[in-house]
Amino acid sequence: MKQFWAMGGYAQYVWPCFALAGAIFAWNIWSARRYHAAARRRAARALAMADSEAQ
Amino acid sequence: MTVGAWDAFSLIIQRELRLSFRRPEQLSQPLMFFVIVTTLFPLGLSVQLSLLRDMAPGVLWVAALLSSLLSLDSLFKSDADDGTLEQLALSGQSLAVIVVAKTCAHWLVTGLPLVVISPLVAIALNIPPGAFAVMMLSLCLGTLTLSWLGAIGAGLTIGLRRGNVLVSLVVLPLAMPLLIFGAGATDRAIADISAAGALYFLAALCVFTGTLAPFATTAALRITLE
Amino acid sequence: MWTWFYKLASPPSVYNTAAALLPWFTAFAALTLSYGLVGGLVFAPPDYQQGDAFRIIYVHVPSAWMSEFSYSLMAVAGAIGLIWRIKIGHAVAAATAPIGASFTVLALVTGSMWGRPMWGTYWAWDPRLTSELILLFLYFGVMSLRSAYEDGSRGDRAAALLSIVGVVNIPIIHFSVVWWNSLHQAATVAKFGKPDMALSMLWPLLSMFLGFMLFFGAMLCLRLQGEILNRERQSAWVRDAVRT
Repeated sequence: MKQFWAMGGYAQYVWPCFALAGAIFAWNIWSARRYHAAARRRAARALAMADSEAQ
Repeated sequence: MTVGAWDAFSLIIQRELRLSFRRPEQLSQPLMFFVIVTTLFPLGLSVQLSLLRDMAPGVLWVAALLSSLLSLDSLFKSDADDGTLEQLALSGQSLAVIVVAKTCAHWLVTGLPLVVISPLVAIALNIPPGAFAVMMLSLCLGTLTLSWLGAIGAGLTIGLRRGNVLVSLVVLPLAMPLLIFGAGATDRAIADISAAGALYFLAALCVFTGTLAPFATTAALRITLE
Repeated sequence: MWTWFYKLASPPSVYNTAAALLPWFTAFAALTLSYGLVGGLVFAPPDYQQGDAFRIIYVHVPSAWMSEFSYSLMAVAGAIGLIWRIKIGHAVAAATAPIGASFTVLALVTGSMWGRPMWGTYWAWDPRLTSELILLFLYFGVMSLRSAYEDGSRGDRAAALLSIVGVVNIPIIHFSVVWWNSLHQAATVAKFGKPDMALSMLWPLLSMFLGFMLFFGAMLCLRLQGEILNRERQSAWVRDAVRT
């Protein structure tokens, strides 16, 4: 197990790479969801305004 | 009276040159910027003359790049502001011809003076006189290519609020290969190796860009003008 | 004949397709990435020359591929929007840009981390690294240009033109190791040259490739939905889409 974490002495290079990959993936998910949610909110607001204007 | 393409080309060039020379301060600004920036490096780094020679090509080229970017504003902005650009686009002349003419004129007043003044700057950077020919030729080709590339950037950013910064962001990535080969050619000349390869590549780059960029610029103008 | 295509490419149709595909992309991405990670980190034997450091390949190479693929997709989508005026093209291009840029960052940093033990340096101005860095700058240029315009439609078209101009960089990245004496080629491709990579190393890598592509697909679906909503806010079909 310790061998696994040590990565043959290259641990300081290998693990940050995978950590960064995880971070980039996480950022992508967070950012895309945020973007979509914001777009939905804006569309809903535009809808509500159009509805109230129609009345 | 219909105007042929060649006539349109020369008319536009004459117009651009005439307009540029009416404001000589505007012409000298990029040139002064070039001279000042190149002297900033040795002052800021306070290196020995021999080290200065090593970084000279890079410094020269970065300064040329930056002063080119500075002068790009004048390519389309004033014409766009007073509506001339739209008139030119509507004129029925091929917009590409007009773009080529404007870019050539732009290079004549910004790039060419840079090439002419480069030996003076080169002395300040301790570049040996033997390398001047290659240096000037590479700068000649390089600034011309930069004008072609810059025209695309200028065309894409007319009328934008922070257009200046954006033009740099747009043009610099495309200009990086140019920098590499241009500085490389001068490097070789300083080291007394044949710079032919790099110069041929620069020439090829110039021709490639000069062939395709005007069309991209024309497309950019149509997008921004409509 | 083209009516079915235009219908397919219509915003509501694409929006619904993206919504439908999202769970599938997510699920299969999770599967392939898990297999790739476990296979690559645990089961693949260490390389005889690079030791365990070679495992960086499992994130570096897929992300480098994705950075190039995304840019190409962005340029093609932009071209479709610009030349054929099919608006969904611009939406796809806008959605792809941030995802591609993030993969470019990942490729550059993981490459740098891999370079340190292998070449002794975090960075070298060799053609492939330099052109990949230019790619990152191009992504930022395209994104900045699009957002600089208040008129979204004009911004889309300007960004599309810029991405098309920058596409010349993609073959440069790809062939840089062939055209020039690049540091990059010596380090990786030759290692796994003929004969091919050991299967136990190869399968996880292929799985990671697939996983990255599927993840990209999932993210694209999410962002594309957002882009379409932003652009089609005034349309009638948006009512139903937002109500659910």
